[in-house]
Amino acid sequence: MTTSTIPDPSTRYRRTGMRGMNTEMLSWLFMRASGVLLVFLVFGHLFVNLWLGEGVQRIDFAFVAGKWTSPFWQTWDLLMLWLGLIHGGNGVRTIINDYAHRSTPRIVLKALLYAAVVITIVLGTLVIFTFDPCPVGADPDLLPSICQS
Amino acid sequence: MASAQSGTLYRGREGMWSWVAHRISGMLIFLFLLVHVLDTALVRVSPEAYNEVIGHYKLVVFGLGEIGLVGAILFHALNGLRIILVDFWSQGTKRQRLLFWVVVALWVVLMAGFVPRQLMHMFGA
Repeated sequence: MTTSTIPDPSTRYRRTGMRGMNTEMLSWLFMRASGVLLVFLVFGHLFVNLWLGEGVQRIDFAFVAGKWTSPFWQTWDLLMLWLGLIHGGNGVRTIINDYAHRSTPRIVLKALLYAAVVITIVLGTLVIFTFDPCPVGADPDLLPSICQS
Repeated sequence: MASAQSGTLYRGREGMWSWVAHRISGMLIFLFLLVHVLDTALVRVSPEAYNEVIGHYKLVVFGLGEIGLVGAILFHALNGLRIILVDFWSQGTKRQRLLFWVVVALWVVLMAGFVPRQLMHMFGA
C-alpha cells in the first residue's frame, strides 16, 4: 500500500490554463445560485405539503388540482422541476466523472443520466402545462370543489 | 483520486465527512426526485390512478421514509449554504469546521420539530 502525498492546503493553488468564464466555472456558479433558490422552493413545498393541515394524509388528486389552478403554484413547481433536475443532474455528472475512470462506462452512464434528466423535465413540464383539474367523465367525488359549478 | 491502493481516506474530519454526506444525500434526493415526478405525472392519467399511487405515501413505511428524505434534504440544504459561505465569505475557509457543527445543530433542531409533526400526521393524532 503506497501512501499518497497531499499538498499542504496553504500552498498557493496552481492555476491551469483556463482563465475567466468556461463551462466548469459556469457549472460551479450555477450549483450555488440554483442551490439558494432551491432552499426556498423545496422548503416551501415541504411546508405546504408535509407540515400544514393533515400533512401527507390529505394529498390526493383534488389537493394537487387545487394547487395547480393557481399560476403561483404552477410557476413554483415548474421552477422547482427545472432547477432541481438540472442541479441534481449536474451533481450526479460530477459523481460519475469522479468514480467512472474508464471512458466507455463513463460515457454510457452520462448518456443514461442526460436521457433521464431530459425525459423527466419534458414530462414534468408537459404535465404542469396540460393539466386539467376537472377531467371529463371522472368521479366528481375525487375532483376539487371548483369543478362543481 | 482515491483508490483502494492509496487508501480512500482524504483528510478525514469535518471537511471530508461533510463532503461524503453531501454526495450521498444529493444522490438519494436526485433518485427520489425522478420517482416523484413520475408519480405526480399520474395526475394526467386519471384521478383514480394518482390517488392509488400517492396512497402509498401515507403508509407507515413511507412515512418513515419521508422522515429520512426530509433529513437528507435538510442536511444537503444546510451544508450547501455552508459550502457557499466557504466559497464566498472571507472567513469561510477558516471557520468551515465551526460551520459544520452549526449545520449539525440546526439539523437537529429542525428535525426535532419535523419528526413529531410527521408522526402526528402518520398516526392521526
